[in-house]
Amino acid sequence: MTVQSPVLGDHLHSHDEEHHHDFAGTTTLGFWIYLMSDCILFAALFAAFAVLRGATAGGPGAKDLFDLSYVAVETTFLLVSSFTYGMAMIAAEKQRRSTTLVWLGLTLLMGLGFMGMELHEFGELIEKGAGPDHSAFLSSFFTLVGTHGLHVTAGMIWMVTLIVHVLRGGLTEKNITRLTCLSLFWHFLDIVWIGVFTTVYLLGVA
Amino acid sequence: MFGKLTWNAIPYNEPIPMAAGAAVVIVVAIVLLWITIKGHWPYLWREWITSVDHKRIGVMYCLLALVMLLRGFSDAIMMRSHLAFAAGDGQGYLPPEHYNQIFSAHGVIMIFFTAMPFVIGLMNFVVPLQLGIRDVAFPTLNSVSLWLTASGVLLINASLVIGEFARTGWLAYPPLSELQFSPDVGVDYYLWSLQISGVGTLLSGINLVTTILKMRAPGMTYTRMPVFCWTALASNLLIVAAFPVLTATFALLTLDRYLGFHFFTNDHGGNAMMYLNLIWVWGHPEVYILILPAFGVFSEVVSTFSSKPLFGYRSMILATMCICILSFLVWLHHFFTMGAGADVNGFFGIMTMVIAVPTGVKVFNWMFTMYGGRVRFEVPILWTIGFMVTFVIGGLTGVLMAVPPVDFVLHNSLFLVAHFHNVAIGGVLFGAFAGYTYWFPKAFGFKLHEGLGKAAFWCWLFGFYLAFMPLYVIGLMGATRRMQHYDDMTWQPWMMCAFAGAALILLGIVFQVLQLIVSIRQREQLADISGDPWDGRSLEWATTSPPAVFNFAVMPDVQGEEAYWGIKQRAIELQKLVDEPDYEPIEMPRNSPTGIVSAFFASILGFALIWHIWWLVGVGLAGAYAVFVVFAWRIEDEYIVPAAEVARLDRERRRIRVETILPRGKPV
Repeated sequence: MTVQSPVLGDHLHSHDEEHHHDFAGTTTLGFWIYLMSDCILFAALFAAFAVLRGATAGGPGAKDLFDLSYVAVETTFLLVSSFTYGMAMIAAEKQRRSTTLVWLGLTLLMGLGFMGMELHEFGELIEKGAGPDHSAFLSSFFTLVGTHGLHVTAGMIWMVTLIVHVLRGGLTEKNITRLTCLSLFWHFLDIVWIGVFTTVYLLGVA
Repeated sequence: MFGKLTWNAIPYNEPIPMAAGAAVVIVVAIVLLWITIKGHWPYLWREWITSVDHKRIGVMYCLLALVMLLRGFSDAIMMRSHLAFAAGDGQGYLPPEHYNQIFSAHGVIMIFFTAMPFVIGLMNFVVPLQLGIRDVAFPTLNSVSLWLTASGVLLINASLVIGEFARTGWLAYPPLSELQFSPDVGVDYYLWSLQISGVGTLLSGINLVTTILKMRAPGMTYTRMPVFCWTALASNLLIVAAFPVLTATFALLTLDRYLGFHFFTNDHGGNAMMYLNLIWVWGHPEVYILILPAFGVFSEVVSTFSSKPLFGYRSMILATMCICILSFLVWLHHFFTMGAGADVNGFFGIMTMVIAVPTGVKVFNWMFTMYGGRVRFEVPILWTIGFMVTFVIGGLTGVLMAVPPVDFVLHNSLFLVAHFHNVAIGGVLFGAFAGYTYWFPKAFGFKLHEGLGKAAFWCWLFGFYLAFMPLYVIGLMGATRRMQHYDDMTWQPWMMCAFAGAALILLGIVFQVLQLIVSIRQREQLADISGDPWDGRSLEWATTSPPAVFNFAVMPDVQGEEAYWGIKQRAIELQKLVDEPDYEPIEMPRNSPTGIVSAFFASILGFALIWHIWWLVGVGLAGAYAVFVVFAWRIEDEYIVPAAEVARLDRERRRIRVETILPRGKPV
């Protein structure tokens, strides 16, 4: 419906739609833009790693430190967690609350597995004397992988928060938008990890 | 228990920071006391501190910027007065230790806490009004951005009396900023205050990009948006793309300092030049983050006060977006002397010259807008004309330094200092002042005093030339920046001249403070009830001054470029407003203390990290998470303005419009 405007003579809409922000669409777009900025943060860390990868200061390099099969299992955890999160979203769209929660729980477990393996790897490296304070190469390795790990951890804390949300409030429109944002975040971390896996581990050992 | 913090952190035996700190504490105490006695706290809390209204947030950003301008300027005049006398046998009055903190703090404060809040404040206030909408995409997040910036301000000012500030220059280059050479907390203050306010800026950028892309009024297509909205879009896209690099770079330096990493150290394979590359990948876009909104202000002002549509609207958009992209391809010109080789230097030199082309397009567009117009010489356009002359000089010296061999001679000289002040003051600051004068009546319903505004302008303009032209000269004679003392007595007359310029600028600032006070006292005489005091052309002038909380009773349906101008001319021609619309209730976001509470915890977190008080770090983090959860828990976050109230306010607006706008006569 178009009516005459109070603004000195133009036309305007007075639909209900203007009274509600397009909550889901706007939030998701905003979150996408945030993810792009996060992507640039990682780009800076990747660049730092690329510059410093040879700066081992006489210490061990990628070939001496990384075990590809170990990292393959770690990677599998994260990739599967993306799949399980996808299943959770399908269930959420169908308003199946308990199924959603089960898939979210599985995702959380996968995330925990990934983080456990990462921390174990870090611990072993530090024990071997190959900690981040040893060389610029190791500094950049720990920072790049560790920043990804911090993101995964933050994602898991957020996931626990959302699980409680869904338990209490159900699969409301707002909660589904929240789940969608986390899902974008989670898949984004998966993509970043593929970059990490390739540049740090595959190219490092090759 | 308190980490590195002891009573020795307070510089008892340094009179200048103690006196300055005491003055600040006393002023703040008086203000707080006054608020308490007058019982203004509930009002402040309800209407400002917890407000999520983009207009209020914009005003608070600008207020923050003006206060920090005073702080940054006091650093500036200390440096100028010191250098006027620190020649030959004269030692000046600032010891090197303190002088180094002053130039570092001056740069940091002016860029991050004056220029940034000023342009972000203007964008926050104006963009939703120009787009014909009721708020930004994420109102509560907007409040968080503001208060995180304030948290950064708090930390940097705390360094005045608790500990010390960095002595490293405004970008804290390593290895000087590494723990080995800067073992005290100065650099940590630098890192954490900028990290916290940087997060605020990033959130603000995301917010405004989303707003502009997603929430324009019906009919407000991209090529109907006012140029200020375009420059705001470009600027905020740059924020989203550049600030994460700053965050990452500071994080790497922090890891070096806190956990013994080796990103930028001299030993163990660290690479200090990587810091320069990273920081300028942020730093050069930052220059355009600041100047593009200023260009937007000038575009609005030139067109309004020439009573003509902006010349070359589309070429203006194109030039803006070209600058937006090219700004990422010039960063290396900040360190041609690094020795990257002739090819690399050649590429970046040419790109730097190329970026002058779209800027030139803009200058010509502004001139052609004025050409043949009836220019009304009020304060906003004085700033604009002052800018056009001054900025072109600054741009030319910039192109000069884009030639790598020339840069080898001028690198880190006072010539460079003169150049970037030429564009920062003549561009960004003049733009901010033009916008401040131009939109002030929209925000408060009365104009700023014109005579005092003109006095301030002329003082600033001549003060600027007097202060910085001499620096070009002695820069060419070999004077370097960040120099606490010099032996060449032939420089001293020029330094004296520069000091006189700074004093003239001080006079300009005094006039600005007076202007604000006088204008508030004479607000009855200066009142603008029409809501359109300058005969404006874009939608912010269609609403009342100050606008109702919902900005527009009914969202405008935009029919073409210069949305409001067309509507206004039609109404004047027909000598009547259009029929009254059907008013409906409006949902508005509820106030929220989320911003101030998260800034509270961020300040605690930052302070604890600076002083290595680890348990307090835990408290800060836990608090931040609690805020997140509580905010995420809110279900009811909007309230309703009833249709009757909307109708009442809008009928009042229409009545005033009939009285004030319709008699303005037929369009020319």
